[in-house]
Parts: sequence; C-alpha cells; structure tokens
Amino acid sequence: MLSEDDIHKVAELARLNLSEQQISELRPQLSKLIDYVAVLEEVDTDEVEPMVHAIEQTNVFRDDIRSPPLPREGALANAPKTDGKYFLVPQIIEH
Amino acid sequence: MDYKIVIGLEVHVQLLTQTKLFTACTTEFNPDAPNTQTQPLCIALPGTLPVLNRHAYELAVKAALGLNCSIAKFTKWDRKQYFYPDLPKGYQISQYDMPMSFDGWLEVDDADGHKKKIRILRAHLEEDAGKNIHDESGRGEDSKVDLNRAGTPLLEIVSEPDLSSAAEARQYLDELRLIMQYLEVSDCNMQEGSLRCDANVNLHIVQEDGQIAPTPLVEVKNLNSFRNVEAAIDFEVERQLEEFQLTGRKWGDPGVMKETRGFDANRGTTFAQRGKEDAADYRYFPDPDLAPVTMTDEEIDAIRKTMCELPADRRERMRTVYELSDYDREVIMNHSPQLSDYFEETAKISGDGKQAANWVTQDVLRELNDRDLAIDEFPVRPVVLGAMVKKIVDGDLTVKSGREVFAALLETGLSGNSLSPATVDQIIEEKGLAVVKDTGAIEATIKEVLSRDQNAKSVEDLKGGKQQAAGPIIGQVMKEVKGADAKMVREMILKIVQDS
Amino acid sequence: MSILSTGAGELLAQLNRGEITSVELTQACLNQISQNDMNVGAFLHIDQDYALEQAKAVDNKRAAGESVGPLAGIPVAVKDVVCHKGQPCTCGSKYLKDFIPPYSATSIEKLQAADAVLLGRTNMDEFAMGSSTENSAFQKTHNPWKQDYAPGGSSGGSAAAVGSRMAPLAVGSDTGGSIRQPASFCGVVGMKPTYGRVSRYGLVAFASSLDQIGPFGTDVTGTAALLQALSGHDPLDSTSINKPTPDLLADLNQPLEGLKIGVVKEFQADGIDEDVISATDEAINVYRSLGAEIKDVSLPHARYGVATYYIIAPAEASSNLSRYDGIHYGHRAEEFKDLTDMYRQTREEGFGPEVKRRIMMGTYTLSAGYIDAYYVKALKVRRLIRNDYDDAFQEVDFIASPACPTPAFKIGELINDPLAMYLSDMFTLGANLAGIPGISIPAGMSSEGLPIGLQLLGPPLEEARLLRAARMFEQATDWHQKVPELVAQ
Repeated sequence: MLSEDDIHKVAELARLNLSEQQISELRPQLSKLIDYVAVLEEVDTDEVEPMVHAIEQTNVFRDDIRSPPLPREGALANAPKTDGKYFLVPQIIEH
Repeated sequence: MDYKIVIGLEVHVQLLTQTKLFTACTTEFNPDAPNTQTQPLCIALPGTLPVLNRHAYELAVKAALGLNCSIAKFTKWDRKQYFYPDLPKGYQISQYDMPMSFDGWLEVDDADGHKKKIRILRAHLEEDAGKNIHDESGRGEDSKVDLNRAGTPLLEIVSEPDLSSAAEARQYLDELRLIMQYLEVSDCNMQEGSLRCDANVNLHIVQEDGQIAPTPLVEVKNLNSFRNVEAAIDFEVERQLEEFQLTGRKWGDPGVMKETRGFDANRGTTFAQRGKEDAADYRYFPDPDLAPVTMTDEEIDAIRKTMCELPADRRERMRTVYELSDYDREVIMNHSPQLSDYFEETAKISGDGKQAANWVTQDVLRELNDRDLAIDEFPVRPVVLGAMVKKIVDGDLTVKSGREVFAALLETGLSGNSLSPATVDQIIEEKGLAVVKDTGAIEATIKEVLSRDQNAKSVEDLKGGKQQAAGPIIGQVMKEVKGADAKMVREMILKIVQDS
Repeated sequence: MSILSTGAGELLAQLNRGEITSVELTQACLNQISQNDMNVGAFLHIDQDYALEQAKAVDNKRAAGESVGPLAGIPVAVKDVVCHKGQPCTCGSKYLKDFIPPYSATSIEKLQAADAVLLGRTNMDEFAMGSSTENSAFQKTHNPWKQDYAPGGSSGGSAAAVGSRMAPLAVGSDTGGSIRQPASFCGVVGMKPTYGRVSRYGLVAFASSLDQIGPFGTDVTGTAALLQALSGHDPLDSTSINKPTPDLLADLNQPLEGLKIGVVKEFQADGIDEDVISATDEAINVYRSLGAEIKDVSLPHARYGVATYYIIAPAEASSNLSRYDGIHYGHRAEEFKDLTDMYRQTREEGFGPEVKRRIMMGTYTLSAGYIDAYYVKALKVRRLIRNDYDDAFQEVDFIASPACPTPAFKIGELINDPLAMYLSDMFTLGANLAGIPGISIPAGMSSEGLPIGLQLLGPPLEEARLLRAARMFEQATDWHQKVPELVAQ
C-alpha cells in the first residue's frame, strides 16, 4: 500500500492540489494498480532491450529551412493572461 | 592551509542554425519583439510534434569532433521534466544517458606553463528554454514570458573537474569559444546569450593528518561573461575556505547537498539560490516522439572532411609560417577567425608576416575599436592593406608614410569609395610619399644642411663619434626631401661627415 | 432503404454517381443529430452552417465538372482531440474548454483535401483516457442501442455518431482500444492502423508511442476509404512511416485465398461474456466456411499486456500532460498563493479524476527509484509482446478474437473500479503495444440486444489485407446492416 506521504510526494511532482478526500480515494486505487502491474516481475527480461517506439525508425530529419512563425496575436490568443506582448505568470521568485 | 581548487565547467553553446532544433521557426535574436518568433511547437500547443533539424545535428557533430570527442554511433532523445514558465512543454528535450558525443579534451597551460589536458565528459544537444522577465519593482507583479528563444539548439559541453584555477578555466573557455567560432558552429556571442556557463567548484583541502577534505560542491549558475566565471571562482575559493574553517562541513557528509548559487556581477559575489523544487527528480525518459540517430564511421568522416583547420593547428601554423610572436598570434586568433583570415591574406600579399601583424594588431584593431566596426565591415581589405605593406617591405614606402597612406585609405573607403591596390599608388603619388631613391639629390641636401651654421656643433660632435648628434640633422634633411628613408639618410650623413 | 441506413461505401458510390447530393446527405445527418443527439450525446460541437457550406462547395465542384477528392461530399465526424484550425478542440477536458487551435492537424488537412464534409466534433473521455466516454468533462454519451449503456471509449462520441447514423464515417484515436472497443459496443466498423500509418501531427497526445488516429464507418468499404484518405507519410511527424500507402480499395471485394486465421489460446480466459464467446465462435465458423484454415496460436506474454500498458500509457501521459500548466493556453485557476500553487490549483481544477489518476500513476512509475522497476521493465515486456505477435504472424495471416470481453456495460457500472475498466481493454491493447493494425467489425448481438464486435489483428503495414478479410466477413453476414431503433427505417 502506498503511504499518504508517497501520494503527497507524487502529487507535488505532478503539480496537483489533491483534497484529503481525493487522496483517500486515490491511495487504495493506485495501490491496487501498483500491485497489479507488479506481475511483470515474474517475466525474465535480462536479455531484452526496452522497446520505446512501436515502429522502430532512425535518423528522421528535416532540413534547416524556415517557415513563417505564428503572428504574435495567434501565439497569445489562447493564453489565460497576457499584456499583448508577453505571457504573464504570477511572479517568479528566484532568490 | 594547503588546498587544491577543483573546477568543472558546463558550457551551453547556441548553434548557428536558421531554425530551431525541432521546428522550422527562426532562431534570430530578437528580444525587442517578444513572442513573434514562435510556431505551434514553441508554445507546446497540444498535438504538436518535434522533428530534428539535420543541420543542428551536423553542427553538433562538427563541434564535438573539434573538442576531440568520440561520436556516438547511436544516440537518443530524452525528456527532462520540470515545471517552469519558460518551459512550455513541462519538459526539455535533451539527452540523458546516451549523449551524441563523449570523451573529449582541450588543452590549457597550467601555472608552470606546461600543457594540461582538460577532459570533456560529454557534449550533447538539447533545446533552449524561453526567457522569463522578472518584475523587479518589488510590488510582486506578474513575470513575463517570451518564447522567441524557446527551442533554439544548444550544445551542452560538460568538462571533467580537471581545472585547477580561475586562469585555467578562463583559458579553457577561450579555447572552447575559438573552436566553436573557427568551426562556424556558434558565434558564442555572450551578450546575446549564445554562450552561457555554469561552474562547479569545490576545494580539496589537505588536512593536518594528510587526509583530503573536499568542501561541499557548489554550482554557480548562468555566468554570462568569462570575467564573471573567473570572479565567481575566485570568490567561491575564498568563501568555501572560510566556510570550511567555520563549519568543517565536507562533501559526502550526511545531509550535505550540492548547492546552487547565483553570481552578482556588481558585487563580484555569489549568493545562495532557492533550489529548484524537485530538482533531484527530473523523471528522464526516452522521448517517444523522436527517432534515435545512428551514425556510421563513413558519415562521421564525411562531416570531419567539412571541418576547417582547428585553432590549435592554426596557432601552430601562425607560429611556423608567419613567425609571429606569441603575443601577436593570440591577439589575432582570439579576436576572431575573420581577423585571422584577414591577417593571413595581408601577410601573404605583403610577404612579411611580422610587418602584417604589426599593422593588423595595431592600426586595424585600433580603428575597429574606435569606430565600432566588425572586421568584415572594415573598408581596407587585405588586398589593399597587403599591397601597402608590401611597399614598406620593399622599401618603397616608409612606415611613417604608411600611416598616412593607411589613414587616407580608410577615409576614402569609409566615404564609400572602392579601394584597390591602385588606390595605394594614387595616394602615395598625390601626397608625394614615395621613398626618394635619388641619392644624388639627398646627398646634395645633406651637404647643404651640414653646412648650416646652426649645425656646426652637431657636425663637430659627429666627427667626435657622437652618433646621436645625427638626429636633428636627419630631421632637417627629411623636411627638405619628403619620402626619404630615414635610415638611409642617417647612414649617408655619417658617411659624408666621416669622408669630409 | 433510407439514406441513413445506407452504408458509407454505398453512399460514396451514390455521391459519385450523382444519385444524391452532399447537401442532401449532410442535411439528413444534421436532422438525425437534431432529432436524436439530445439522447445520445455524441457531439460536443456542431456548426450546421459550416457543414452545409462545405457540402454545397463539393456539390458545386461536381456540378461544374471539376475533379473532386475521394471522400467528396461525405460527412465525417471528428473526435474532439484532432486540432482543426479555428474550431474548438476540448479533448473532453475542462482545461481546454475554450481552446481554439491556430493550426490544423495533418489528418484534418487530408480530409479537406479529400473533399470530405467535416460535420462536427465528437465527445470523448478526457484526453482519450477511458473506456466509456464517461470521463468527458462536458456530457455523457449514450449507447445508441440502449441508452443506459455506455458507448465505450475513449472515442465513444465518434462510435455513437456512426452507430446512430448521425454520420456515415468518423475519425477516432486509439491508444489501447479506443476505436475498436467503442466500435464493438456501438455495432460499427472501427480500425486502428499500423502505428505511424496516419500522422499524429495535430492529434492531442495521450501516450505518444501508442496513439494512432483511425476510422470508424458503417461498413468496411467506407472505413477503408476514410483510412486511405488519412494515411501517408508526414514530414511533421518523426514517427510517421516513410512508405507509400497501398491502395486499400482496389482489391477490397476480392476474397483472400488460403487464409489462415489464428485463435489465441491465452485469450480464452475467465470473465469473458458467454454471448461474446459464442458470437466469436460463430464468426470464426463463418471464416471457416469461407475456406479459411483456423489455427491455434500462442501469445505467451499476452497476459502481461494490461500491466505493461498501464505502466507505459500513464507514464507517457503524465509527461504529455505537463504542458497544461495554466500559462500558454487553456484554463488558469483564479485563486492561488504563488506560481507553484497556480500550477497545482489550475491542474486540479482543469483535470477530471481519471486523468489525475493516470498522471499520478505515470509520475510515480517514472520517479526516482521506480523507473527501472516499472517503466523500463514494461518497455522490455513490450518487446516480448511484440515478438510474440511477430512469431504468431509467421504461422497465420490474422488473429481473431473478441474485440472486448463483454458487450457494452452500463453507464456508471465500472467508473469506480479503474482496474476492472482497464481489463476491458485486454484484447485490444496488444495491438497498440506491438504497433500492429487491428479492426473491429460487427459480428453479433447479445441476448440483451447489444452489439458484439469481432477483432482481427494483422502484421504491420497489412491494412489492405486486413480490410479485405473484414470485407469477406461483411459480405457473408448482415450484422453491419443492423441499426438501432433510433434510426428511422
């Protein structure tokens, strides 16, 4: 069973503000899933290469040729907060 | 206290591509028009996908070869995950455990003047973030995000901790920058952020019992000039020494973590930064949107063949072919590859490397600085300067007259007229600066000057063997015979006085 | 036969022959929507004027004797996960409620180039995560056959739209069965092509290495025509297959000779509905009667498929959904303490429970100390699963199985039991892990009157033969002609 602390840690990594109720629901659900997927432990994979892509291709490139950018209005059109030039975010505190 | 400084550098170099690493959006430096250089991928709009820029990859291979790195036969792309407003995808596409190149080195001179190899752990490609602009009013207003830069290709070059002083770090950076510039991989323009540096610094303190105590590792982030790198290292050495004496805390002690510090260029000090949250857990995993890259030996060789001479080789050639002093050579090479090319052409045409170097390092560089010109914009091209210097070398023009000619050439060129070797002749002609080789005329003038009453004392002194007495007489002769070679005049005076 | 109960392939032929106009057909679809969608809930967004405008344009083109595209005039519904410039694209999420993409997916451009009529945007599980379309932030979609039942998911809106004949064709996306499972539940044809056959550019990502766009249709011919239009190499998608797409229609009606069909031993597990078992046996008998040889094949690692999938898909999803951070587009919470809290609160408000569950699962399995045990391990088992399929296809042409272990379940029945919900993908997700094509075709009805689908899986790039095999079945049966009551005869 995942601990409440585990859930908090993962929620913080994932940037989710979970309520106490959500945590109490998620804890058994995730624990059950984690227990379920542990079945993979029984598979011998010592000599097996991980398979990242469904179809394995290499060296997919494009040429270094420009195409037009979005107009600024288009770039900012869907943003929740802008000043018409920049995306605005709550103050970033660096130090 | 006896100690050794241990420094490793992480350098980010922006590659000279037309477009971003994974999308066809321009990479021009344009901070005054924020968010005008984005495409859907740069904003991480849902549904967008990355496609690798071939040229960026080839430049990275070239750079890595220039850094004596091995090129990976197989490399892949990984997502480095963290939340930050300048990182719209919530992850940066980078390379984690299989970088495109590794195991390189660069040479610096150590404190005793010996060559020292600085090992390079790896160099890998990744995308740049956008730019956050913080509210500095103190009123807690919103920060601003400009994504023009987001996705620009960067080569991250990570050294081993082989550097032992700020001076070595500086040399390493100078050499690295030269390589990037000579290979035309990056312009390394620090003002525009196309070269950025993080320094990992700590001390190995020799304790009384002979045991080595390493101080806690510090990473100083975002150093935006080489001078700042040096200053930050110097500051850290003092700070860490003091701290160690105070606390005795060692790297490896329980609870001791790598510390990230910023650098305050105004004060010349470093300061503690609040650690990026979750810094320890980037959850790297292979990017399923991108295919791995494989390279054969033949493909690597093909790129190697497109490489021009490396700075180290050029330096050697400058020394042997043009017989330059170390000083002149470094001044020219460290300025830019363009100035090195300019010099070499001038030297070839004039037939005298030293003379050419004098003109390039003194007169040309002075004018570039005074007028804030790039060498490519300088109107006196090597074919013209070389022709002029050749006249000096051949004894057809004095150095002093050469200065006049050079000034006239520059003036002509700057006012928009085209220059050619013929312009040099024309200016010499107009100004009557040609060296007068008619010894008869000079002899007559000398005799006339010597006979002047005012010079009687000097003539006596000369006869008495006081050669410095020739000075004023040379001056008077030169006034009469413009374009005469002072050295020749001097010799003739001495001979005439002796023979009389 | 009414225009609505006519199969998509036949409608295309009639449009081509000028027997019906696109405006007539589009209007019929719009009427069906306005009469029934309040009960079905297939569509999130319909722009009638835009649909009719496109239809008119195609009719005009035809009337003027201009050449028209291969889907000229046929209405296609599109899952609300494929970006269409200037149209909403919510992905069933509150986070993207007001998002209007400034660019179009390659698939949309291909449909436009084929002169299809883009009819509207269909409901889905939020970010394609789910098997019932109950995870939409906006509305529930009901099974057209029985409205207290789920249509399946995540492409439940597209499947229900085709099942209720509101659109003869629809586009969906399939990450673990999200086309084939709802196709089976709604009694229509649904196909997941080989990974990389259809460009993912503009498809909002759920799990990038598993996602694939595919077609729904009222029949195999229409489905094939839609897939043909969607397929092809795209330089904007690095995972797109750089090979020409074969002609999927040329030999579609030619039965395959010497067909060998595999039945997977490991799929004969507990928990499979009796009606599904007998419908599948019956379907296999149909193939036998058509001359196919039926062989047992083994997929020894099939039993690890669900576990493998539910590590890989959430891991990729947790990363793909990091971009929803309240800054560059979409929702932003109104109240928060600081930047970090803005992220947390925005994502908390913007995402529904299933999405959060998967983000949590994926973040956990990628986090320090766990990635090797879970994510890397799953990628290794994934290769073994792929190898199993490769081996099986040495023995047989196709693998036949139920598309799903059960017919449609009731709305609300599984919503609180994620693992049970995930197990309903047990037959479909292998194709996503292996990257192979699969199709679900109507192959029976349960005793309760709910459709049952047969799934055929084929080797990579074998869509043309897979469609031919499906067409053989269709020609020999009439399951695809059955329509729910809400389709007026």
